[in-house]
Amino acid sequence: MNKLELQKKAVAVRKGAMTGVYCAKSGHPGGSLSAADIFTYLYFEEMNVDPSNPKDENRDRFVLSKGHTAPGYYAALALKGFFSIEELKNLRHVGAFLQGHPDMKHTPGVDMSSGSLGQGLSTAVGMALAAKLSNKDYRTYCLCGDGEIQEGQIWEAAMFAGHRKLDNLLVIVDNNNLQIDGTLEEVCSPYPIDEKFKAFGFHVININGNDFDEIDKAFAEAKATKGMPTAIIAHTVKGKGVSFMENNVNWHGKAPNEEEYKIAMEELEKEAAALC
Amino acid sequence: MLETKAIATRDSYGNALVEIAKEHDNLIVLDADLAAATKTAIFKKAFPKRHIDCGIAEANMAGIAAGLSTCGYVPFMSSFAMFAAGRAYEQVRNTIGYPHLNVKIGATHAGISVGEDGATHQCNEDLALMRTIPGMVVINPCDDVEARAAVKAAYEYVGPVYLRFGRLAVPVINDEETYQFEIGKGITLREGKDVTIIATGLCVSESLKAAELLAQQGIDAMVINIHTIKPIDAELVVAGARATGRVFTVEEHSIIGGLGSAVMEVLSEYLPTKVTRIGVNDTYGESGPAKELLKKYKLDAEGIAERIKADL
Repeated sequence: MNKLELQKKAVAVRKGAMTGVYCAKSGHPGGSLSAADIFTYLYFEEMNVDPSNPKDENRDRFVLSKGHTAPGYYAALALKGFFSIEELKNLRHVGAFLQGHPDMKHTPGVDMSSGSLGQGLSTAVGMALAAKLSNKDYRTYCLCGDGEIQEGQIWEAAMFAGHRKLDNLLVIVDNNNLQIDGTLEEVCSPYPIDEKFKAFGFHVININGNDFDEIDKAFAEAKATKGMPTAIIAHTVKGKGVSFMENNVNWHGKAPNEEEYKIAMEELEKEAAALC
Repeated sequence: MLETKAIATRDSYGNALVEIAKEHDNLIVLDADLAAATKTAIFKKAFPKRHIDCGIAEANMAGIAAGLSTCGYVPFMSSFAMFAAGRAYEQVRNTIGYPHLNVKIGATHAGISVGEDGATHQCNEDLALMRTIPGMVVINPCDDVEARAAVKAAYEYVGPVYLRFGRLAVPVINDEETYQFEIGKGITLREGKDVTIIATGLCVSESLKAAELLAQQGIDAMVINIHTIKPIDAELVVAGARATGRVFTVEEHSIIGGLGSAVMEVLSEYLPTKVTRIGVNDTYGESGPAKELLKKYKLDAEGIAERIKADL
């Protein structure tokens, strides 16, 4: 996909995330929007996955360690064809397979259940280790939140990945600088994130995580990096693409009302139109 | 009872892993810097490339096991019960239990028979913790024969299994030639008319000895071995209770949440019967030689017999 196509797809992912959260009357729009470009790049450019064969043993794997941003993830999976776009409207409804946090047992395309912060990276490390042990060449991707890396288990997993030189593992940190109780610096600063991953044996790349040129370059660099895992610190804007949600921590875990939803969708449609 | 030998079930664990791995390439063992103690070092020696030492990071080990299991491996994550069930509880619950992944948890050094290391390492709560996780199979074998059979059954079963092993060498009471293990099926080891002892783990052999002591005092005790705490053999528990009308449960675990609770849940629902729970009485353990601790906490044959006689 070229840059323009990716940008258009990212707008569709954002619209899908907004629709999901709006219909659920709950959920996490802020982090879904900040990571929308990463979701888009993973599923429409980077990963070797086939919606008609979601359990293919040679597929690339993805773990959404910051599982609460499932609305953005689900939108990318739906647009990729793992399930119908209409299904997004059932998010968080009783009986729906789109749970509040990813459920691998019932959702096509989801490689790992997640949601309890800090645990996803360990599972991604297990998948990357499995590839090494069985001489398979699939890659494993893991998206972590910047607040999430306050969890100690993230660093247990990073230590193991660095120790085992898992160069088939790419960790992306969605560094939107906001967590529920405020900015990262206000709550409990994990900075400098890049230096920490370097110290754990990672090749580290800092990028603007809402810019496809930079995402594209960084993912290529990660793939070319041998002998160590890579961490991309994706500097993003929480709520990206919806003006009143941008950089506003109040939109971490709140659904828009009808009027707010209308404005959000209009803004996104306007952005889509500008890309045509 | 003829006691030919005593073997710790942690040794059975290490040995069984080697045997199964000879025939199954997808078996993989994880440890958290305790391979010498959990006895996965036996496996490491035989299959060095299939032994993954995760370092002292049990939470991460649980996640790695989960990830490996989604790629076709059957991981046995190994640590002390305190850390496998305690430290990593939420990882086991959310990342292994919730997706019902094919991960086996080999938890050694359970109960007060850990001995000298004392209370911080004596997990008397693991059965309670693991039993509440939906879909988790919980097995507490009583001797070497049963433990090795349990590891094999856990490998063959598809889904999460918690296996509880001990540090202390315990008598081998089962005959390898005739022994048959089935997940969820308890075993009547001794018939009796006066009282039913339902035991698990190392308390099974002690309960058999206690039954002999009681017999000398004119009390005829039935002894049932419940190796699978979950799913519990409700049918056998009810039959055992019906046979004598008086039940004692015996376990090297807190009286809260383990075998005793599981048996009482079954009987309250299907056949209300008076049950006395013999176990660790809502307290922590302490340092000391394992056998002396079992004696002090009245979980040896004499203590069990004394308690039953007093309460009957």
